[in-house]
Amino acid sequence: MTVSSDIPETESWFHRNQQRIAPWLFLAPGILFFAVYVIAPVFQSFNLSLYEWDGLGEKTYVGMRNYEDLYWEYVDRDAFFTSLKNNVLWLFLYLLAIPAGLFIALFLNQTVRGIRIYKSLFFFPFVISQVVVGLVFTWFYDPTFGLLNTMLGWVGMGPINVLGNENLVTYGIVAAGLWPQTAYCMILYLTGLNAVDPEQIEAGRLDGAKGWSMLWNIILPQLRPATFIAFVVTIIGALRSFDLISIMTQGGPFGSSRVLAYYMFEVALSEYGFRMGYGAAIAVVLFLIMLCFITYFLWSMYREEKGH
Amino acid sequence: MLSKMKTTATAAAVASAFAVPASAELSGDLTIFLDTSNPAPRATMEAMIDRFKAQHPGLNVETTVIDREAYKTQIRNFLTANAPDVATWYAANRMRPYVEAGLFEDVSDLYAEPEIAEGLASTKGALTIDDKQWGVAYTYYQWGVYYRKDIFAELGLSEPTNWEEEKANCGKIVASGRACYTIGTKYLWTAGGWFDYLNMRTNGFDFHMDLAAGNVSWEDDRVKQTFMNWKELIDMGGFIADHQTYSWQEALPFMVNGEAASYLMGNFAVAPLREAGLTDDQLDFYQFPVINPDVELSEDAPTDTFHIPANAKNKEAAREFLRFATSPEEQTIINNGKNLGQLPVNAASSVDDDKFLQQGFQMLSSNSTGGVAQFWDRDAPAEMAKVSMEGFQEFMVKPDQLDKILAKLERARGRIYK
Repeated sequence: MTVSSDIPETESWFHRNQQRIAPWLFLAPGILFFAVYVIAPVFQSFNLSLYEWDGLGEKTYVGMRNYEDLYWEYVDRDAFFTSLKNNVLWLFLYLLAIPAGLFIALFLNQTVRGIRIYKSLFFFPFVISQVVVGLVFTWFYDPTFGLLNTMLGWVGMGPINVLGNENLVTYGIVAAGLWPQTAYCMILYLTGLNAVDPEQIEAGRLDGAKGWSMLWNIILPQLRPATFIAFVVTIIGALRSFDLISIMTQGGPFGSSRVLAYYMFEVALSEYGFRMGYGAAIAVVLFLIMLCFITYFLWSMYREEKGH
Repeated sequence: MLSKMKTTATAAAVASAFAVPASAELSGDLTIFLDTSNPAPRATMEAMIDRFKAQHPGLNVETTVIDREAYKTQIRNFLTANAPDVATWYAANRMRPYVEAGLFEDVSDLYAEPEIAEGLASTKGALTIDDKQWGVAYTYYQWGVYYRKDIFAELGLSEPTNWEEEKANCGKIVASGRACYTIGTKYLWTAGGWFDYLNMRTNGFDFHMDLAAGNVSWEDDRVKQTFMNWKELIDMGGFIADHQTYSWQEALPFMVNGEAASYLMGNFAVAPLREAGLTDDQLDFYQFPVINPDVELSEDAPTDTFHIPANAKNKEAAREFLRFATSPEEQTIINNGKNLGQLPVNAASSVDDDKFLQQGFQMLSSNSTGGVAQFWDRDAPAEMAKVSMEGFQEFMVKPDQLDKILAKLERARGRIYK
């Protein structure tokens, strides 16, 4: 047993650097898994997209051929063009979830008897599986017994086959997707509204702000963090749309509701898909599109942090 | 009924087999992966495996049943990573990627055995690639037109034998406010069945196979003729509306409710139609009619198969299982009306006396001289099947786009076949 007075002189390296090391130690598991399951596959995909491979046999190096094929599909208005076009449609239309969520949140942000039940009911679509949402909407749109055509019949319109019409199908699926996404945005705004400073509202009221001007000038600026998160989750959600398409149409009719994520699955992994390299090339394109948004989000978060 | 007596006799033979276990003792584990996830086929397979177990008490058999659709994508993973000893799959081009990747065991030795060489001669071709056999068939079924006999009687129609009669019938059916054919093309392959028949009847079996093998241009006039024949039916309103939104099962009610008079389908459609309440007096079958009298008749008869993965551990037991499953007795049992309700592959087994199976068997054995096709998505390479069936669906909805669709398929042909 050494005497305790010896210790300060032989202070261990770990002890001296504890302050600097500790955060890295805590981050290590996260970084490790992120590197193995996210960063490495990104580079693997890049690499795979330069090969032709059926997933079973030998890989053949083909250079940029897969990307050339994608380019020609774009020029010919073929599957890749359709997917890209639908992704853009999804991106813009999905953003409707943000204002819709905001207004439902404002509407529900009151103290009425049983309001919690109403809030839960509005939040419900986000809790149920996308598969269920897809099935519910498929039945809703069904051309023979669907509720939509019955309702259109009441006002003397229709019938329309939303999921069987190549011009309507994407709108139909996006509408199904908006149902849970609106609920998600709503819950974000409801939490945001709890943090709104009552004194500022009081002050605004004294200055004569009412209705729209109150919302625009007093409430919304305070909801900025919630709006930011709503944007992030909605845009990411729009780009990775897959489940609803797979459930509702399988990319059909004749491939007109494909998006990049589904097209990738189709060519590489589905029943008839054996083009791993081509799928990887589509994944890379999707990744680059996402990267634009991710960079923007990270950059604005970084700026925000610096400001404080 | 000869076939019935035969069934009873074989059942007795099998029962006696229980009492005396086979002499060749097998041991170890045997893992079997099945895609027969529907209730009836699943029960059939499990019962058959139980009979196999009873013959080989020393063998520990493990069966995994995987959802039929999920199986189609999972097979790639398990063949390489965690191979079972026996796996179900499909014949012809559908097995080619796995054969070429060396993932299926060459079982040509089984076909050298006299019982199998004689019994399974009819399906040998569908399981042959590069002059070797890669698996055994365990069941197959006919395709054809299933129709509402009562509606035909009401309209005074008889089973058509040629294209003119077919169109005349359809005209009368449409005039009575019904559709001639129900179909659900959401999952595309049903349209492939129509293309198979129209093209085989218009241009013959050999041309059809050439097209599947990529040797013929999609913009060839003969291919266009096939589509022109198809267009005649589409233009007269022969198919139900909105078929692109339905699966094949969702298209059944149209026939059950009498909104459509017939259905070009595989024999597996009979069971759900009967369950939905159609009796055998209301339901009947006819062979797809002649279009071009100069070509021999040929039929679709998809074959489901057993294979031994190359990475299997207990190949000896797996071979024994393949012998067992294709034996005349087992073939008679598993394909009878109470079980799969399909056609046995072994020539020495007997066909159930169900009227559809009897008709189908007759048709395939005596009235399909041109050849027997597997099915479009099994005969054509996977990628071409996908692109073309999407084209068929689009054509059925927008027949005027034919030239654009064929140009697209021709481009795909240039890319896919090398």
